[in-house]
Amino acid sequence: MESNFILEMKNITKQFPGVTALKNVSLAIKQGEIHAVVGENGAGKSTLMNILSGVYPHGTYTGQIIFENKERIFRDVRDSEKIGISIIHQELALSPYLSIGENIFLGNERARRSIINWDKTYSDAKELLELVGLKENPHVAIKDISVGKQQLVEIAKALSKKVRLLILDEPTASLNEDDSEHLLNLLLNLKKKGLTSILISHKLNEISQVADSITIIRDGEAIETLEKDKDVINEDRIIKGMVGRELVDRFPKRVPKIGKVSFEIKDWSVFSPLNPDRQIIKNAQITVRQGEIVGIAGLMGAGRTELAMSVFGRSYGLHISGNLIKDGKELHIKTVRQAIDHKIAYTTEDRKTAGLNLIGDLRQNITIAALGKISSHFVIDNEEEIKVSELYRKKLNIRSLNIYQKAGDLSGGNQQKVVLSRWIFAEPDVLILDEPTRGIDVGAKFEIYTIINQLADEGKSIIFISSELPEILGICDRIYVMSNGKIVGEFPKSEATQEGIMKCIMQSIGGNTNGEY
Amino acid sequence: MENIKYFFKNNIRQYGMLIALIFITIFFQIMTNGILLVPMNVTNLILQNAYVFILAIGMTITILTGGNIDLSVGSVVAFIGAICGTLIITMKVNVGIALFLAIAIGFIIGVWQGFWIAYIRIPAFIVTLAGMLLFRGLTIFMLKGLTINPFPEVFQKISSGFLPDLAKGAFGKYHSTAILTGIVGTVIYIIYQVKRRASQRRNGFDIMSFPLFLLQIILISAFIMLFSIWLAAYKGLPVIFVIIGVLILAYSFFTNRTVPGRYLYFMGGNEKAARLSGINTNKVLFFAYVNMGVLAAVAGIAYTARLNAASPQSGLNFELDAIAACFIGGASAYGGIGTIIGSIIGALVMGVLNNGMSILGIGSDVQQIVKGLVLLFAVAFDVLSKKKSR
Repeated sequence: MESNFILEMKNITKQFPGVTALKNVSLAIKQGEIHAVVGENGAGKSTLMNILSGVYPHGTYTGQIIFENKERIFRDVRDSEKIGISIIHQELALSPYLSIGENIFLGNERARRSIINWDKTYSDAKELLELVGLKENPHVAIKDISVGKQQLVEIAKALSKKVRLLILDEPTASLNEDDSEHLLNLLLNLKKKGLTSILISHKLNEISQVADSITIIRDGEAIETLEKDKDVINEDRIIKGMVGRELVDRFPKRVPKIGKVSFEIKDWSVFSPLNPDRQIIKNAQITVRQGEIVGIAGLMGAGRTELAMSVFGRSYGLHISGNLIKDGKELHIKTVRQAIDHKIAYTTEDRKTAGLNLIGDLRQNITIAALGKISSHFVIDNEEEIKVSELYRKKLNIRSLNIYQKAGDLSGGNQQKVVLSRWIFAEPDVLILDEPTRGIDVGAKFEIYTIINQLADEGKSIIFISSELPEILGICDRIYVMSNGKIVGEFPKSEATQEGIMKCIMQSIGGNTNGEY
Repeated sequence: MENIKYFFKNNIRQYGMLIALIFITIFFQIMTNGILLVPMNVTNLILQNAYVFILAIGMTITILTGGNIDLSVGSVVAFIGAICGTLIITMKVNVGIALFLAIAIGFIIGVWQGFWIAYIRIPAFIVTLAGMLLFRGLTIFMLKGLTINPFPEVFQKISSGFLPDLAKGAFGKYHSTAILTGIVGTVIYIIYQVKRRASQRRNGFDIMSFPLFLLQIILISAFIMLFSIWLAAYKGLPVIFVIIGVLILAYSFFTNRTVPGRYLYFMGGNEKAARLSGINTNKVLFFAYVNMGVLAAVAGIAYTARLNAASPQSGLNFELDAIAACFIGGASAYGGIGTIIGSIIGALVMGVLNNGMSILGIGSDVQQIVKGLVLLFAVAFDVLSKKKSR
């Protein structure tokens, strides 16, 4: 019997070392519908789509993929593309210096015996561009068109491959409203022509606008699927599904001893280094007290990392303006060194590419930000350095062979402890921690929380950036909500709920303040 | 035990090359019927390769910052030669002033290239390739395509002179200064090691077992003594050997024990992380090239003095010798890994290969083939052993 499902993913389980990313997830997509997949950051949406598109090949997960009534085995992305599954990632896979036409047929060239037929390339490209409603000359280079148009080129590229199922991962995340509108209308038009698509998005207003059904994923499990003609779909209903987990004892207890205001960020504005006209941070205001852990919640791309890095010695951004006030005095910080000297520390969200010297040993990684403390006249006291490294290895319970082990050989949790050691050794008053528990298993997370609590108890001010709401609620005393470069909300611990924060974010994204869609 | 294993796994390359050097030396010692290690040839080996040692030290520093090489050093050597020739021979400037000016010009060359590399961020490969053409051109221009010589004797002494015999006859036919230096060096070495061990014990650090410690001290002391006796048996300590020795010690100390030295390694390991840890990576990179310019000037002086001529064609391919020495000696092509001593061992491997094959009458064609393969296999060994340990 023919089913009316174009795709069924059955009982998909995917494990990464130390974490189960997907637990027994099933997903069924009807022929010709737009199916939205929603969930928090890290819930497992991208993992599921990577399995569907063959990024994680058959055998690295368990479960079945049935596409057009046949079980499918994908060894790589080409296999899934061959049968008509196309995925458009958040980071576009276009080559900036090639033309629109060349990009559309990249890997699928209009050619006979490897000789490209340029006339056919560009005439076919023109047809496809008309189909997606993009009025551009196909000879124009990708780098010269806007991100919104690039997104359309990606769709044209997918269509050129006779796509049967189109997957879009956060397609409107970096688009302005007009471009988003155009893209969503295009999806609806393509649906009329019989194309099935999966839409991954945080923007619930868009989803309720175009989706026929919505699957909610939370903590690696498919919680429920809502259907437009059967269920009532509104923002609250979706948010409840997204965050409705129970909080167990995942966070160490702490009685906050909060002192006077120690650090203030005022009217902070930053522009993009790539596009100096684009304002990334818009008049942000943040205050932290001694002994306080202040959270900054928000979705990816909200500008939290950019805010932190621009504060930390102008490590990010152009035309930075605003004031930094520490203990009542205004600071003028232009370099990372000055920030460290003013006792401000920042741990990066990306410890592998921006935090650690992976080929260097523990010792070097721990002392690098405060070598002055263990040297005189620029000569390092070797023995002092060994003592310091041993001390932190014990104090933070870093599991390694010895202090001469390479940082790259440690597990994620232990690497994070090395990064924390470095900054604790630098004796800051203000610590900005950017996603300190990303990619770390549950046990190590608890240890990291304990360390953060201790730091706060010592009277340090902590700014804690995280995309995981339960974690923010679990350890912060006060929470700022950031969206699109602005601080859009502030909650004391007593009033903060996941639903409240989510709603705050969604409202600011939708630009719709009455909370209804 | 685990610790020792880990230590060897991570230093396998350096020890590997040291062992390879010993084997290569033994091999040529046998093949040349003992000519390779006669005192005169050992002295010659040092004199011949002086410029490679000096350049390899500077090149190690630039490579550490992130695999950045300097292709211009060969041309800079020639250019400094031309400067020395013009000042000393043509213009009759005092040798001391001329040397000072030559090194100052090396410094300026370093500032010039460092500026483009570190602050404008043009890849080092391109800036120094341009420098290679630029300084070769300037050399030929200055010398009008001609070789000028001879230099006064004082100048030649830099590369061919020996320290005076302080207590002539004290050790029979052996050169007393060399023997005395050997004794002093050995004593300093032993005192340093014993003190260090005591302080490590006091602090409760892991220390080497006593027999191993004793073995290390005996081996290295024996090596220092034997080497000084060898030099004493010919003409004593060459001036250039003293210069190189001081440079090796100073730069090893700099890279191992100082804050800027640590910055070099950290930047080479992860430049982004270095910046976020408060390191001004532009400054570090700039320093590396200024330093290279100065050392290239020193090498230029040493080589010109040895050649006793300023020639438009001198210094050809020197950059490649220096780069090869670093990579054979264990430096990573991506930066962050490598030591001064390692590069010196790398330079010695090439030097012994050259010298040994020359004694055997093997042509320069075969010599180049052998050196090319040694470079390739040394690095391939490194890459493969790392892959295995993953």
